[in-house]
Amino acid sequence: MSDISTPTLAGGAPAAPDPHFYDARGEHHPENGTLLGFWLYLMSDCLIFACLFATYGVLGRSYAGGPTGMELFDLPLVAVNTTALLLSSITYGFAMIAMQSGKKGAVLAWLAVTGLFGATFIGIELYEFAHLIHEGAGPQRSGFLSSFFALVGTHGLHVTFGLVWLVTLMLQVGKLGLTAANQRRLFCLSMFWHFLDVVWIGVFTFVYLMGVLP
Amino acid sequence: MSEHHDTHIDGGHDHAGHGHGEGHAPVTLKGYVTGFLLSVVLTAIPFWLVMGKVIPGSTATAIAILAFAAVQIVVHMVYFLHLNAKSEGGWNMLALIFTLVLVVITLSGSLWVMHHLNVNMMPTMSPQDAHNLP
Repeated sequence: MSDISTPTLAGGAPAAPDPHFYDARGEHHPENGTLLGFWLYLMSDCLIFACLFATYGVLGRSYAGGPTGMELFDLPLVAVNTTALLLSSITYGFAMIAMQSGKKGAVLAWLAVTGLFGATFIGIELYEFAHLIHEGAGPQRSGFLSSFFALVGTHGLHVTFGLVWLVTLMLQVGKLGLTAANQRRLFCLSMFWHFLDVVWIGVFTFVYLMGVLP
Repeated sequence: MSEHHDTHIDGGHDHAGHGHGEGHAPVTLKGYVTGFLLSVVLTAIPFWLVMGKVIPGSTATAIAILAFAAVQIVVHMVYFLHLNAKSEGGWNMLALIFTLVLVVITLSGSLWVMHHLNVNMMPTMSPQDAHNLP
């Protein structure tokens, strides 16, 4: 498993007779640097979503005489959407458990199921967007709808790229197996996928559920 | 943490080669199922509160569903993202706390400032007038 030894960039200084001369940096650099770095990326992504949430919080009731959230939002559809994303989270978890036991086939199967749930989520969201735009409630209609499309659209875009990543990883795992590098990638995608689910909690609560309150 | 030091003695060692869980606590089926069941309950209750109009009054309902969302976010962080004070030597948690501070400042600051702007601007204009603006 570890014979594919790709020295990482942050792998520290090469072993020298006396490492103390120039290994000060290497000695303190944290293990699993990739995972920590990816976590920092997620935190910066979190700030993007914070800005979009703040924008929606400010503009979310500026209807400009147009349709309101109570008139537009279809909560049963949002509930189905939320269920799809939640199910995709646990199926990804099953893929991670299969990865730990080294079962390549099970990993691929659970990743495929995760991808299907993710695609369902995106499909429903695209249907909702098309429906809204068809009704004349597009992003240009009011401040409320601009901020709505910006926030929910950005989340949908993240899920879409997550799906691209997922398919790429399925091909990688299918071709190269559960190598150390692929395990690390699966860990990163796991964080990304669960993070998107966390953001969606904020979206369905703050946008949809609070949007239909009188 | 002690084994981390061992692996760092040979500086150029391949860090991707640690395999199995990359030094993380192994993920367990129990953890995922617990987190999933909790989040199903924590999702269903807010939908039920809003769709069934259980609590009279928007403000009370809003506070209730925001509280459920906050709890569910913690559940996801613990059971799905496997966050704890020890992962990555505490740097994960530190970055998260820093981000949360920024998020709270961004959100509450925006809402606070813009609310006052709305309240204090255009005192003579009713919402009806505002709707008739070009």
